[in-house]
Amino acid sequence: MRRVWALVWKDLLVEFRGREFLGAMVVFALITIVTLNFAFDLSRGDREAPGAGGLWIAFLFAGMLGLGRSLAVERDRGTLEGLMLCPVDAGTIFLGKFISNVMFIVIVQAVSLPVFYGLYNLPSLRPMVLLIAVIGAIGFAGLGTLFSAVAASSRAREILMPLLLFPLAIPLVIGTVQATTLIFQGDGADAWPWFNLLAAFDVIFVTLSYVLFDLVLEE
Amino acid sequence: MMQRKPANRSDMLVTGLGVLAVVVLTLGIFMAFVYAPTDRDQGDAQRIFYVHVPMAWLAYLAMGVVFIGSVGYMWKRSARMDRLARSSAELGFLFTTLVLITGSIWGRPIWNAWWQWEARLTTTLILWFIFIGYFMVRAYAGDAERGARYAAVLGIIGAIDVPIIHQSVKWWRTLHPEPIVLDTAGPNLPDSMLVTLLVCLAGFTLLYAFLMVLKMQIEWARDVLAERELTALLAPEGNQAERRTVATVSHKVSGAAED
Repeated sequence: MRRVWALVWKDLLVEFRGREFLGAMVVFALITIVTLNFAFDLSRGDREAPGAGGLWIAFLFAGMLGLGRSLAVERDRGTLEGLMLCPVDAGTIFLGKFISNVMFIVIVQAVSLPVFYGLYNLPSLRPMVLLIAVIGAIGFAGLGTLFSAVAASSRAREILMPLLLFPLAIPLVIGTVQATTLIFQGDGADAWPWFNLLAAFDVIFVTLSYVLFDLVLEE
Repeated sequence: MMQRKPANRSDMLVTGLGVLAVVVLTLGIFMAFVYAPTDRDQGDAQRIFYVHVPMAWLAYLAMGVVFIGSVGYMWKRSARMDRLARSSAELGFLFTTLVLITGSIWGRPIWNAWWQWEARLTTTLILWFIFIGYFMVRAYAGDAERGARYAAVLGIIGAIDVPIIHQSVKWWRTLHPEPIVLDTAGPNLPDSMLVTLLVCLAGFTLLYAFLMVLKMQIEWARDVLAERELTALLAPEGNQAERRTVATVSHKVSGAAED
């Protein structure tokens, strides 16, 4: 476990010093949220569902932007070989990358949710929304870290990433958007089944990605 | 190529499966159009059911075989398992496309719409995208061995994800109630319809088996050729060795296809 945190610390430090993609992710999420306003009329009427959908589209796109880069930069800099030479197994590398990716997505959410609240006056700062944001981030980061490694050593990686991630992440999109809509609409009590489902999806996706990461990384 | 060679086991398998598939499918098509009664509510449009249901079955069967091949490849790293997975993926893509098309043709007169966002339809559409992703990872991996590994990853995770997608779309739909349109057929259909369906299912499954064996042979030949080409390129005597190996391969391909 200490090795995992060393890898997480390394990723955070690299990002902190180089400021490579976190800033871009945040700005991208914000611009997507602003663009929502022109795609749907969120000023009146039935706006909870499109609002929740748009919010998650913003997270999904911004998350993908960062996830896609997370192993690609390692390959481009030649540091992936360095990582693989470390006396740790592929699972540890996966966990390190996965945790730092969850953190990046959560940071993006932490900036976007207050802005979303301010712009659209939907209750996006309720604790339940924050919880669902983190649960969603875990599932996306799990699948995303795996496919980031697949895309990193392929041609056309920017295109490959969403093509692989989006279809497989559909259960997460359905779950997070439904739960968020229900929380926006009422007191959110009926959203709890979705929480359990999403937690189950997270366990499945993260475990699968952890097991299969070895198969991707081996060169 | 020139002289006839004694038929071996896999040749007989191909011929046998092909003949059986043709016989059963001819019978099935005859039954679908002549023997099976016309549906009271849906009329003749219902008859597409005898093609549509086998296509759906084969689409998911093919994904199951991709899963088996992918797990096998991950386990044993055998080229044969990879050939199994990629052959089945190609057929699966074909059948998934056909099930979407035949379903839409049926949906137009019955639902008055080409498409419904219902769990089975949505899942099949996502399956179609997963198959496309499967071919793309292979094509973009840049090297065959890496492509096989990446494809195995997608084959495993995709196959496990398909039932999850199905369930989540179902729950999504139950929370957003919609008129239930798909259950018109119900489980209680007349015997003559059921028998026709079973014959068609058997016929199309035989067709799948036949195409799989053929496809596996082609993929085997492709693997052998790629390997020979590589050795020929590396061999110092160049041209002559290459010609010799290619001749051996085409000789083998015309006769046999063992691993």
